[in-house]
Amino acid sequence: MLKYLGQRLLYVIPTLLMVSIVSFAIIQLPPGDYLSTYVANLQAKGEQVDPALLESLRQRYGLDDPFIVQYFKWMSGIVLHLDFGHSMEWSRPVGELIAARLPLTIAIAGASIAIVWLVSLPVGVYSAVKQYSIGDYVATTISFLGLATPNFLLALVMMWFGFTMFGLSVSQVNAGTLIIAMIVLGTAGTAGLIRTLRANLLDELRKPYVVAARAQGLKESKLLIKYPLRVAMNPFFSTIGWLLPSLVGGEVIVSTVLNIPTTGPLMLDALLSQDMYLAGSIIMILGVLTVIGTVISDLALAWLDPRVRLGAN
Amino acid sequence: MTQQEMNVTTQTAHDSEGSVAVDSDIIMSIQDLKTWFHTDEGVVKAVDGVNINIPRGKTMCLVGESGCGKSITARSVLGLIDQPGKIEDGKVLWRETRDTEVVDLASMKPTGDAIRRIRGGQIGMVFQEPIASLSPMYTVGAQLVQAIRLHQNISADEARQRAIEQLDRVGIPQPQRRFHSYPFQLSGGMCQRVMIAIALANDPALLIADEPTTALDVTTQARILDLIAGLQEETGMSVLFITHDLGVVAEIADDVTVMYLGKVAEQGGVNDVFDSPQHPYTRALLSSIPVMGQDTKVSRLSTIKGMVPTPANRPTGCPFHDRCTEAIVGVCDTVEPAVHHVGAGQLSLCHLLDPEHQPPDSETVADDDVDPQEELAPKVDIAARTDNLDDPDRFPLLSVRDLSVDFPIKNGMFSRVTSHVHAVNKVSLDIRPGETVGLVGESGCGKTTLGRAISRALDPTSGQVLFSPDGSTQVDLATLSNRELKPYREQVRVIFQDPFASLNPRKNLLELISAPLKKIRGADNKDSSVQEKVAEMLRRVGLQPEYMFRYPHAFSGGQRQRINIARALITRPKLVIADEAVSALDVSVRAQILNLMADLQDEYDLTYLFISHDLSVVEHISERVAVMYLGEIVEEASTHELFTSPQHPYTEALMSAVPIADPHRRGSQIRVRLPDDLPDAVNPPPGCYFHTRCPHKAETLCDTDRPELHEIGDGPRRTACHWASELSLAGVASNQ
Repeated sequence: MLKYLGQRLLYVIPTLLMVSIVSFAIIQLPPGDYLSTYVANLQAKGEQVDPALLESLRQRYGLDDPFIVQYFKWMSGIVLHLDFGHSMEWSRPVGELIAARLPLTIAIAGASIAIVWLVSLPVGVYSAVKQYSIGDYVATTISFLGLATPNFLLALVMMWFGFTMFGLSVSQVNAGTLIIAMIVLGTAGTAGLIRTLRANLLDELRKPYVVAARAQGLKESKLLIKYPLRVAMNPFFSTIGWLLPSLVGGEVIVSTVLNIPTTGPLMLDALLSQDMYLAGSIIMILGVLTVIGTVISDLALAWLDPRVRLGAN
Repeated sequence: MTQQEMNVTTQTAHDSEGSVAVDSDIIMSIQDLKTWFHTDEGVVKAVDGVNINIPRGKTMCLVGESGCGKSITARSVLGLIDQPGKIEDGKVLWRETRDTEVVDLASMKPTGDAIRRIRGGQIGMVFQEPIASLSPMYTVGAQLVQAIRLHQNISADEARQRAIEQLDRVGIPQPQRRFHSYPFQLSGGMCQRVMIAIALANDPALLIADEPTTALDVTTQARILDLIAGLQEETGMSVLFITHDLGVVAEIADDVTVMYLGKVAEQGGVNDVFDSPQHPYTRALLSSIPVMGQDTKVSRLSTIKGMVPTPANRPTGCPFHDRCTEAIVGVCDTVEPAVHHVGAGQLSLCHLLDPEHQPPDSETVADDDVDPQEELAPKVDIAARTDNLDDPDRFPLLSVRDLSVDFPIKNGMFSRVTSHVHAVNKVSLDIRPGETVGLVGESGCGKTTLGRAISRALDPTSGQVLFSPDGSTQVDLATLSNRELKPYREQVRVIFQDPFASLNPRKNLLELISAPLKKIRGADNKDSSVQEKVAEMLRRVGLQPEYMFRYPHAFSGGQRQRINIARALITRPKLVIADEAVSALDVSVRAQILNLMADLQDEYDLTYLFISHDLSVVEHISERVAVMYLGEIVEEASTHELFTSPQHPYTEALMSAVPIADPHRRGSQIRVRLPDDLPDAVNPPPGCYFHTRCPHKAETLCDTDRPELHEIGDGPRRTACHWASELSLAGVASNQ
């Protein structure tokens, strides 16, 4: 187990390095930079820009430096001082901007994940155990509807209902819009997970060890939890890895529709305006969290499933 | 309904109030059991009116081919039928001891407390796939402790103690250590021992064993059968043993029930059923078992034509009439046969026993008897097929020289290679054109690896695989690159073991069978000549060409193996490696496939390397046999010589493990039983690899010196035993 842990952790280092390089490269990919976008915007409005001012800004941000130099400047700041650079659009440190939006982002994502787990676990188990019952058909229908409905549409519809029936104000953040966000995000995740759990559990329920355990005289409920469900839960644990980035990443579309200031819309704006350090930092933080989350999933799986831990096939 | 039948159904039945009276010598009486499955396509009557009485302390064997309802019957007893199955009617009267009340298990709620107390407590059950029947998430010890504590009110520590005792009792070495093993860390035989330990943990009065040895090697099967017999002697429990193998029945049964398509075909004491089988189905099953030691190579195995229909397509009248060679037209196909008693305690459901119907005269029997395949390909004399065998100027078709295959064992953080397993260790073997060489050994002896190295499905570590299609030049397949191998890929083909896993379920037969043509020759499916070839091949292996566009799921195990054979032969290969090609099949289907392979050999001038763990199968088809143990060949001889006078103790042990389908010879045959554990192949024992398990181990040499494979006697036979010339080992043929 220790060996396994050490091995996983060792693999993390080169992966993180790659993540940082790739995220920096991505934000450099589109032609132009923040200043050229800025100038184009101003010119579109018919304003003139002082070339000398542009040049001094260019110097300040080091935009003319070669790729490698820019990358090392940025990375050394992050690694040494946790300094993610400066947002040109907001004229504030990137770290500050993200930190300001994190609590709300985590709250919404955390709540929606809780909804997902609380709903999909019992419904998925019921669907599998009572396959082809009326309840199963209902759950299946609802989860397909949940999967098929675009999130933004559901958010709009719920907002309209909230506005017309409860006089919900949608111009700024309030309890109502937060609840709508949680429900919208929750349904989407629930639908997917019910299907996964149902399929997994159905596979396991047909395995010979279930009949064998029943033949020992085990009670149905205990048998279900102890044997097939335990194996069928594996996808839950392997998705822990995806939770971390989604906690911090925020839901871009739903947040934009509902006008909730999470990190999602922040990143979208940064990408559009080529605010390179802000966009690059968010992308990199998401990448790093994905890597860490995956390691946590791997370890959780190894801890829970002896076949993973002991290397059976 | 005849008077006789009325008598049977009321024989052990109940009085008018519904209370039941069962003879106290009968531990379980299954009466008119009907288990039906209600599917969208209609009602499938998997078990349809079965009557079985299991005498106290005895072993009742339930036999029949796959799909006859044996397992469903056993599961019905414990209420273990999955949806949409349901016990429609009938009784399962259970009387744990002579003094207890009779209860009807069939009337209990399958999820209720009453039946749960009986499951595992009074009736233990063992299943077919030992590894899959244990949960991979818990150690075998934890699962055993749970089974104990379900029915005994004792502390965890006490249960743990009992569990270790149980593991010891079923013959698991180092039970303290194995207690903490997970099922996937143990061999199939070990897992089956654990399953037996779990089933017997609460001293049940009845053990139901559902094909417990079918998935195991013959040597492991022999040990498990011994174990069950020993435990039965010790505890006096009764056993309901389900199998498709009449050889096993002859070894262990007191009474036999032959089932066909959800109904009892014949019932009686084991000697009666084997000596004077009354039902044509029993006779057909009996004759399809290969008998060892009779030089059967020249004769064909007799088979039962066709296969078991699905219960949904049950024929009218006698369910067996469409496969029966003695069916009476106008009777068997319309009227269900009644129960006929023959002598004491034997009964059969067959119209032939009805005095009203005279058995058909022998001529018509002979006419009906002919299987369509039987007419084809008169048996070519082996001598003619292999007449150029000993021509010294010609190379053998295949000449394996010092072939080794090592698998690296990776360890540590950077997966460094710390050691090697010598899966195949300096093996040399010649196969001459037209010959069939059998390659035998237990699981893990390297026989499959050798086959794969020859077919270059994996790369050998060292040594040569000299292939000579024309006898004048040799090519070393071991060193060729993938591109250079291409022309030889169509000349060396493989038939795999698992008829279910070896066919891609998403491709139809045309795609599956023509795949080698496409991959190797670049042929196109739309090319009509490809379709013609596939159609011809399908016809040749006994399938209808119209099946070309169907998918594998529509076929039974035996039919799938025919598909596999067609796929192997479509390129007209010279050498076919059959890797346990019939091991997963029922005995009756196995005979069909073996006959087919023999016919095809004559027709296409094939050379076979026939890999199997079962010597009785190998004997039937091979001219020569090589026996492998721990990566090395330990004996090689002509089939006849090997079976009359084996020269290696391992060969003797393999032979003695094969069950013999004759209850009268039970116990008379010399039984050599090897201990379970194959030595660790990473650190093989010093001296002779086999000395750790050898019953003939001598004081000197065996544990110090490695025996070389050397020639002995006058014939070209080889053995790797120091004491071959001194030992007198028991063959099979010599017992006759």
